Amino acid sequence: MTTLTKTEDAPAPTGPEGFLSVRDLKVRFSTEDGIVKAVDGLSFDVERGRTLGIVGESGSGKSVTNLTVLGLHSPRTTTIEGEILLDGKELVTATERELERLRGNKMAMIFQDPLTALSPYYTVGRQLSEPYMKHRGASKKEAKDRAIQMLEKVGIPQPKVRFDDYPHQFSGGMRQRAMIAMALMCDPELLIADEPTTALDVTVQAQILDLLKDLQQEFGSAIVFITHDLGVISSMADDLLVMYAGRAVERGSVKEVLRSPKHPYTWGLLSSMPRLDGDINQALDPIPGSPPSLLNPPSGCPFHPRCAFKDQVAGDLCSQERPTLAAGRAAACHLTAEQKQTIFIDKIQPRLR
Amino acid sequence: MSDNLTLPTQQGSTDTPSPEPLLKVEGLTKHFPIHGGFPIKRKVGAVQAVDGVDLTVGVGESVGLVGESGCGKSTTGRLITRLLEPTAGRITYSGQDITHASRRRLAPVRSEIQMIFQDPYSSLNPRQTVGTIIKSPMEINGIEPTGGRETRVRELLELVGLSPEHYNRFPHEFSGGQRQRIGVARALALQPKLIVADEPVSALDVSIQAQVVNLLQKVQRELGIAFLFIAHDLAVVRHFSQRVAVMYLGKIVEVGDRESIYNGPRHPYTHALLSAVPEVEIEGETPARERIRLYGDVPSPINPPSGCRFRTRCWKAQDKCATEEPPLVQLSGNRPGHLTACHFPEDPTTERRDEDVILDPALRALESDAEGGPAGKK
Repeated sequence: MTTLTKTEDAPAPTGPEGFLSVRDLKVRFSTEDGIVKAVDGLSFDVERGRTLGIVGESGSGKSVTNLTVLGLHSPRTTTIEGEILLDGKELVTATERELERLRGNKMAMIFQDPLTALSPYYTVGRQLSEPYMKHRGASKKEAKDRAIQMLEKVGIPQPKVRFDDYPHQFSGGMRQRAMIAMALMCDPELLIADEPTTALDVTVQAQILDLLKDLQQEFGSAIVFITHDLGVISSMADDLLVMYAGRAVERGSVKEVLRSPKHPYTWGLLSSMPRLDGDINQALDPIPGSPPSLLNPPSGCPFHPRCAFKDQVAGDLCSQERPTLAAGRAAACHLTAEQKQTIFIDKIQPRLR
Repeated sequence: MSDNLTLPTQQGSTDTPSPEPLLKVEGLTKHFPIHGGFPIKRKVGAVQAVDGVDLTVGVGESVGLVGESGCGKSTTGRLITRLLEPTAGRITYSGQDITHASRRRLAPVRSEIQMIFQDPYSSLNPRQTVGTIIKSPMEINGIEPTGGRETRVRELLELVGLSPEHYNRFPHEFSGGQRQRIGVARALALQPKLIVADEPVSALDVSIQAQVVNLLQKVQRELGIAFLFIAHDLAVVRHFSQRVAVMYLGKIVEVGDRESIYNGPRHPYTHALLSAVPEVEIEGETPARERIRLYGDVPSPINPPSGCRFRTRCWKAQDKCATEEPPLVQLSGNRPGHLTACHFPEDPTTERRDEDVILDPALRALESDAEGGPAGKK
């Protein structure tokens, strides 16, 4: 089991810890307009062999979190606080050299758009072999064999011929397969997939998702899977973290969160999505308003300006006090457990049928 | 639901007496030439983006057009709005042939067919105020509504859920969802009878998508505007359209009423598409859906497969599929109006099969390693 624990007062790294554990992470960018609080106090753990799904809308901080894990942010404009531990090793304070040794080796990333993530100047084969040669000290020949083996594994036809192709000679789905092969070259223990299928067609997306799932079983990597699509998450992840305005608002196992969500934002997401087997006469129930600007996030609970249930909380608690996310299965919301239960059963669940 | 709509009278080329559709498209074709050669450039080929599409849209009806990228659905939309010149075929709008109509002849029709674009960031002129953007279609067509154009723009802004005070603002001051509302207001400015909406919500966040879908639905029902709703998201299309056409590589492979397409599809491609949609599993009680995993991507429309264009990715393909193109016809057992272009159609159910259809060799290999069964962990 992945133990997801939120600790406001981040304790020393002891006890049941994930392979990757992020503690009270704060990422700020200084821009011309002011300081953007892209991630604000985020904690999560991922265990080997498990998949953590992170969902959220654009600007919720889900991608920034993972770029920070890999150390791919611009150090000049970014301030990072908190802890990122990969197998016990602190990454926030790690030097660029140390990170370089980890990237593409122990941790790897699959990006959303393979056409921009792959270099157009080098052959696919060369891009695959390079990290293997660098991290493993392998010879060109060994790296090529390994690359061809990986290309075959991800379903590229004629891998020996395709090894010498350039990315533009691949179709969209093939490119994403090549990206996956590249990420898996050095047997990474942590794989971060940032919207890996968003740019693909549904039939190709289905292939790639299944491929990732099957490969994970074989390689046993921990996967952090970032997406905005709850349907994709439902088929991919074991655990789920819902993010809103740079904070985690709900977490738990995928089944728990999707079957009995506890946060008004998760309710909103679920009831604003049309389903293939839903009632067509039932109008969709969108979340009013739009996501807040992270330059100047709302006080208290960041979701309160859009929340339909804030009047059920006594006083101005929602706009004044930021709700905390307790350990384990939890939602950061001021509503009491009974209130959530009643609202979900009376108002939300009937809509989801 | 709007009950006063004439339901699905989809004809191929054979006419049956029925109320005349608002829009009728027959054999619509668009080939984009490819030029090459040196020193004299000549035509060396063509991208067969749309190749013989038949489609009708009734008055006030909403027709969905789904398919993967490159299947020609957007090109079809642009041909219908005459933003592109068709290579062949016929477009009839309320009885008049507008296929190759001149600019002048088209003018009165143009105001009745409007378009909503996918990207609300590039489809609004950043140097014009919202008021100017929405007003300009009226100016171009010389329409002077009672109370003046400005009043009308303010009404429209209110109708699409924006504040009339936004009149003097610029597009960059709005979020994606709000910009799409401006796009809707502009499309409504001329009181159109048909709106071609090309992926109107796919650039938006999930929570905003629903707002715009609801707005379009309100517009459709209250103003009785017919929609050609082009999208790749099958769940959104199902929610919005009474009739759905599925396109693959420039051809319609299946068309029918919503119920038939989503619950009783016959074309293997429709099965594959539906099966590929990732769905949130909220309750375990719904019957498990079939699992079909195709292999590879859509072939190039420059040199599409002979016969049935889907045959290269189809698990039922036989020799006949390569030589003979299947006609779009009503199969026995299908409802009237539910047409399928397939020689070897599937059973009309989307329930789980005894054996999953896995065409992807990599998946097959990985899953047979994990001893036969489907490798899902849940």
